Amino acid sequence: MKKDRTPSLLLAALVALLILGLVLPEWRFLGTLAIGKGLTVLGLLLLLRTGLVSFGQGLYYCLGAYAAGTLGQFWGTTDALLLLVVAGLAAGLAAAILGILLAAYRGIFFSMLSLALSMILYGLLVKSAALGSTDGFNLPAPTLFGLPLVSHDSRYPLFVLACVLGVAAALAMHYYFRTPLGRLSPAIRDNEIRVEYLGASVRAAVHVKYVIAGILAGVGGALTGMTVGHIDPEMAYWTTSGEFVFVAILSGTGSVAAPFLGSFIFELVRTFAYEYSPNSWQLALGTAMLLIIVFLPAGLWSLVQRRRA
Amino acid sequence: MSHLLEARNLDKRFGAVTAAADISVTVAPDSVIGLIGTNGAGKTTFVNMVTGYLKPDKGRIYFEGRDITALHPRQVTRLGICRSFQIPQLYNSLSAYDNLIVALGIVLRNAKPAPWARAPRLVPGHDLPLADAAEALLERFDLGEFRDKPAGVLPEGVRKLLDIAMALANKPRVLLLDEPTSGVSSEEKFAIMDRVMSAVRAEGAAVLFVEHDMDIVARYAGRVLAFYEGRILADGAPDVVLADPQVREYVIGGQAEPKEVSHA
Repeated sequence: MKKDRTPSLLLAALVALLILGLVLPEWRFLGTLAIGKGLTVLGLLLLLRTGLVSFGQGLYYCLGAYAAGTLGQFWGTTDALLLLVVAGLAAGLAAAILGILLAAYRGIFFSMLSLALSMILYGLLVKSAALGSTDGFNLPAPTLFGLPLVSHDSRYPLFVLACVLGVAAALAMHYYFRTPLGRLSPAIRDNEIRVEYLGASVRAAVHVKYVIAGILAGVGGALTGMTVGHIDPEMAYWTTSGEFVFVAILSGTGSVAAPFLGSFIFELVRTFAYEYSPNSWQLALGTAMLLIIVFLPAGLWSLVQRRRA
Repeated sequence: MSHLLEARNLDKRFGAVTAAADISVTVAPDSVIGLIGTNGAGKTTFVNMVTGYLKPDKGRIYFEGRDITALHPRQVTRLGICRSFQIPQLYNSLSAYDNLIVALGIVLRNAKPAPWARAPRLVPGHDLPLADAAEALLERFDLGEFRDKPAGVLPEGVRKLLDIAMALANKPRVLLLDEPTSGVSSEEKFAIMDRVMSAVRAEGAAVLFVEHDMDIVARYAGRVLAFYEGRILADGAPDVVLADPQVREYVIGGQAEPKEVSHA
């Protein structure tokens, strides 16, 4: 039996990240942002392993951010943990309700329906003057137990919170894939009929996975909102959802750590490409994607796996 | 209530095709029944109706006196009516071992008293922890050497055995095998059936198997149901049914004689 090294590697990565964040302050913003999006992509990884491609994770990403945002903006709540929990709950509840409908669909129908639902939220937010319409609104600086997480000279506490959250989510997902319910993911992708003929409900399992992905996207959206300090309806726009699918393919589904690595590289490429050629940065991203599809069809994570093998 | 399974007056039509016409069958515990008939005679339709995949247009199906006609395949499976498939239904990207882990994991999960409760430590019916129960099933079907190979690349005979092994995860009371030896060379057929029957008899389940090879039927079945155009033409001991003139003409004859080749 192979020894499971993922938990110890993840914990080592956490320590490394915390040290790196300490000595490289200018990377904290990018790192926190990458974890926020990485959480959303982690949910997408769960769906991809189940054989489902959601082009609408922006829905929950945006919903989580707005849940946290309205609580912060209108009730003055700044406690990061509370905001993240509320974001996760709001997104999870929405996913539980919409999942009743979506769990019955597969393939392109699932993808397009999820996209359509996210565009409904986008449309609603654009029309909501009280929530800033297309401009969105700013978030107050988050705190934790009364202590500031972000100040003008340091983003380290928020970065630490993000790292802990990211590693915890990756670990939880890793263990989830070893539970009977988690193991249904590849089984549903391969053969739904056999799953039913073994006594399990495919629809119920897909529903649960959809809710988990929604919660992760909601928490990811709230974390991103706190990092940037601003949220707007673009978070629910289909290009945002498409970006998550892009990153998920770029990362590969080989490991629960891959979404975070992929998100980081994506943000890195985007930041530099934008800096050096503001008008054609998409070209750089497109080229990166093309190269990865041609040379690393299993995603960036195959680089890590190949070295270990 | 001496019947384990009872089908009463089942009718099923697909457009103009009659797949089942007034099918009534009772199955006693511990029986081994061979289902024979030409293609389209209604054998697989019968299996599909009993396992909840198809709903009969008319008639009821009872398991231990309980009406199961309206149940889904997963509910029927949980009651202990399990099946294998003519074309093995496996998780092709997973190893043989992981296929069984998925199957037994479902059984373990279904044994939880509530969704939030902890699953029991031992797989019900197998009385072993998950990993050991999977190894035991692999061993019982002599699949050890294929343990870590993806199911998608395994030889057909091995896939058949794995498919049947998965059907045993739920500790069936009734096991329906749809052509367990199809797609397997004739030399292998008896070996496969021997392995299957010895593995299955240990379960104490009633077995119904669809089979085209009359030598297999004669050797393993204690009772034979001959299907023809959705009806049951004969039902009885193998030597009686296989010698029945109608069965010889409509069921066996069609196979034994060389088919006429049309030159149209």
